[in-house]
Amino acid sequence: MSEIEEIEGPLLAIAMEPVPLMIFDQVTKSYRSKRGKKEKLIAVDNVSFEIAPGEAVGLVGASGSGKSTIARLITGLEKPDTGRIIFGDFSVGKLGHRELRNLYSMVQMVFQDPYGALNPVHSVEYAVSRPCINYLGMSISQATRRVEELLDRVGLTPARQFAEKMPHQLSGGQRQRVVIARALACEPKLLIADEPVSMLDVSLRAGVLRLLTELQNEHGLSLLYITHDLLSARVLTDRILVLNKGGVVEEGVTKQVLQNPKDPYTVKLLDSVATLDK
Amino acid sequence: MPILEIEGLNVCYRPERGVRISAVRDLDISLERGEFVGIVGESGSGKSTLGFAITRMLRPPAVIESGAVKFKGTNILELTGSELRNQRRGGLALVLQSGMNALNPVRSISKQLGDVLKAHSQKGEHWGRSEVRARGGELLSMVELDSEVLDRYPHELSGGMRQRVAIALALSLEPELVVFDEPTTALDVIVQASVMETIKSLQRSRGFTAILISHDMSVVLDATDRTLVMYAGRVVEDQPSKTVASAGIHHPYTEALMKCYADPRADKVELQDIGGTPPDLSIEVAGCSFAPRCSFASKVCFLETPSLVRSELIQVACHVRLPVSPMAKEVKVVRN
Repeated sequence: MSEIEEIEGPLLAIAMEPVPLMIFDQVTKSYRSKRGKKEKLIAVDNVSFEIAPGEAVGLVGASGSGKSTIARLITGLEKPDTGRIIFGDFSVGKLGHRELRNLYSMVQMVFQDPYGALNPVHSVEYAVSRPCINYLGMSISQATRRVEELLDRVGLTPARQFAEKMPHQLSGGQRQRVVIARALACEPKLLIADEPVSMLDVSLRAGVLRLLTELQNEHGLSLLYITHDLLSARVLTDRILVLNKGGVVEEGVTKQVLQNPKDPYTVKLLDSVATLDK
Repeated sequence: MPILEIEGLNVCYRPERGVRISAVRDLDISLERGEFVGIVGESGSGKSTLGFAITRMLRPPAVIESGAVKFKGTNILELTGSELRNQRRGGLALVLQSGMNALNPVRSISKQLGDVLKAHSQKGEHWGRSEVRARGGELLSMVELDSEVLDRYPHELSGGMRQRVAIALALSLEPELVVFDEPTTALDVIVQASVMETIKSLQRSRGFTAILISHDMSVVLDATDRTLVMYAGRVVEDQPSKTVASAGIHHPYTEALMKCYADPRADKVELQDIGGTPPDLSIEVAGCSFAPRCSFASKVCFLETPSLVRSELIQVACHVRLPVSPMAKEVKVVRN
C-alpha cells in the first residue's frame, strides 16, 4: 500500500504544481550573535523550498530552528545574506518601501498572540477595515460592507454584531478569527500563519484549523503554517519541512513523514508529542 | 489528615466598575500528603484563581467570599501577614507560567536565590556569599542546571532554563506543597517534555505534594496521579489520572476535551472542538454550566446544578452520567 502512495504522492504533487507561487531558493541568513563578537549565528542555512498555489506547507521545528526567520524573510522584514526569494514578479530581498506595499497585498501574516495583535481601544470593525482603506483605497461605506463580508467568511456571525465589539469582549479563538479576517482583507495569495493556535485553548484549536483548511480549499489560498505542534501540522498541511538549527533535515508529504520519520530529530519531535494514552 | 482541605470556597472578581464575576464556586477538594494532582480546564474555568487562592496570592479585585483553605489544619485565609510569611518556609510555593518574567532582569541568579534565602532565614542562620552559592548550586543541580548559571542574568538563559530557575526558587524553602501554574505552556514541545520530566522526578524524590494546573490534558495525564476537571469554577470530574484516558464514566466535558487530542502518526486524524461559547461567569445560571454546550443535556440539566457523585474511585458531577439515585446518595454519605 505504501509503495503506491510513495509513487503517487509526489507525482500527484508535481502534476498539480504548474507554477510555484513562491520560490525560496538557497537562502542563508545569519545574525551577529553578540555585540562586538565576530561569530555568527546562522538562523537559516541554505534552505530551498517552493509553495504551489493552493498548497498548505508546514514548517516544523523547535524554538530557534529558524522557522520564524523564514517567515520574516518571505515578508521582507529581513533581507537574506545569500539566495533568492521569488514571489511572482517580485524578488523579495531587493524590495524597497513602496514595492513592499505591493507585496503585502499578496502575502499576509497571522501571528501567535491574538491578544497582542489587536489594538484594545479600537473595535473589530476598525481593525478589519484598516487594510481595506489603506491598501485597497476603499471608501468608508465600501469598507463597512467588506468588513461584514470578511467576518462572515471567518465564521464570526452575525457579522454586524461582531464588528461593533471591542477585542476584550471576544474569546481567544474569536480574536484569532478577527486577525485572520484582517489578513484576508486584501485577498492575499499566501497566508503565513506563525503558531496561530498555540495560545488558544485546546478546545478551540480545531475550529481555527478547520477555518484555515476551508480558506485553502474554497478560496485557493496557499498556506505556510509554522508550528512546533505536529498534530496541527498533520491536520492542516499537505507537505512539511522539518527544520533543525536553521537547516531542513527532512521534508515530504506530511502523513508519510510523520508515520515514517527518517531523521532522528523528527523522531525526537514526535516522541515529545504528548498523547493521552502515553 | 489531608495536607490540604478546601471547603466551600467561593472566589469572585469585583472590579470597581463593571460586572462581578464568580470564578470559583462552592469548591471542596481534599489532598493527601505526597499526592500529585492535576487540574485541567479551559481559560476562565477558575483553575489559576484556585491556585492563587491556595497560596494566598490573590489580589484585588479578587475577593474570597466564603470558604476555608486548610493547610495542615490551619486556615491560611485567616493568617496575618507575618504568620503567612512563616508558612512560606516549609509550606506553600507557587511556580508561575511565565517563569521568564518572574525573574528580576537586573539581578544575577545567585542574588535572587540569596534574596529568598535571606528573607526567610531563621534564627542562627547566616546567608553570606559562600553559603548562598553552596545552597544555590545545590538547588540548581536539583533542577539539572550547572552551578555556573548562578552568575548569569535571566536574559542570558533560554526559556526552559529560566523556568528551571523559577522551580529552584520555589523549592529553595523546602515547601511541602507546590502549585505549578502552567509551568511549561510557554515552552516548545521538546523543552516542555524535559521540564516536565524534571518536575515529575523532583516530586517523586522529594515527596512534596504537588498541584499541576494546565489547559493541556495530555501533560496532566502523563504527570499526575489524580486529575480534577474544572468547568465554570466548579470541579466536574475527579478521578485517577490512569483511568481518565480509558473508557469509563466521564463528564461529557471531559469526553469533549479528549476529542481535541489525537496521535499525529495515526492513519486518519480528526480533531474536534467544543462547540458553543465558554460560559459567561458574570451570570448565575441554574443547572449545569456545561448544559448549553452538551449534546447529552436533558431537562434536569438546565434546572438543577449537579454535585459530585462518587462511583468507586471516580467522582463526576453530571445528571446524565451519574444520576443521583438512592444508592449513589448512600455512597456519598459514607464518604462524608
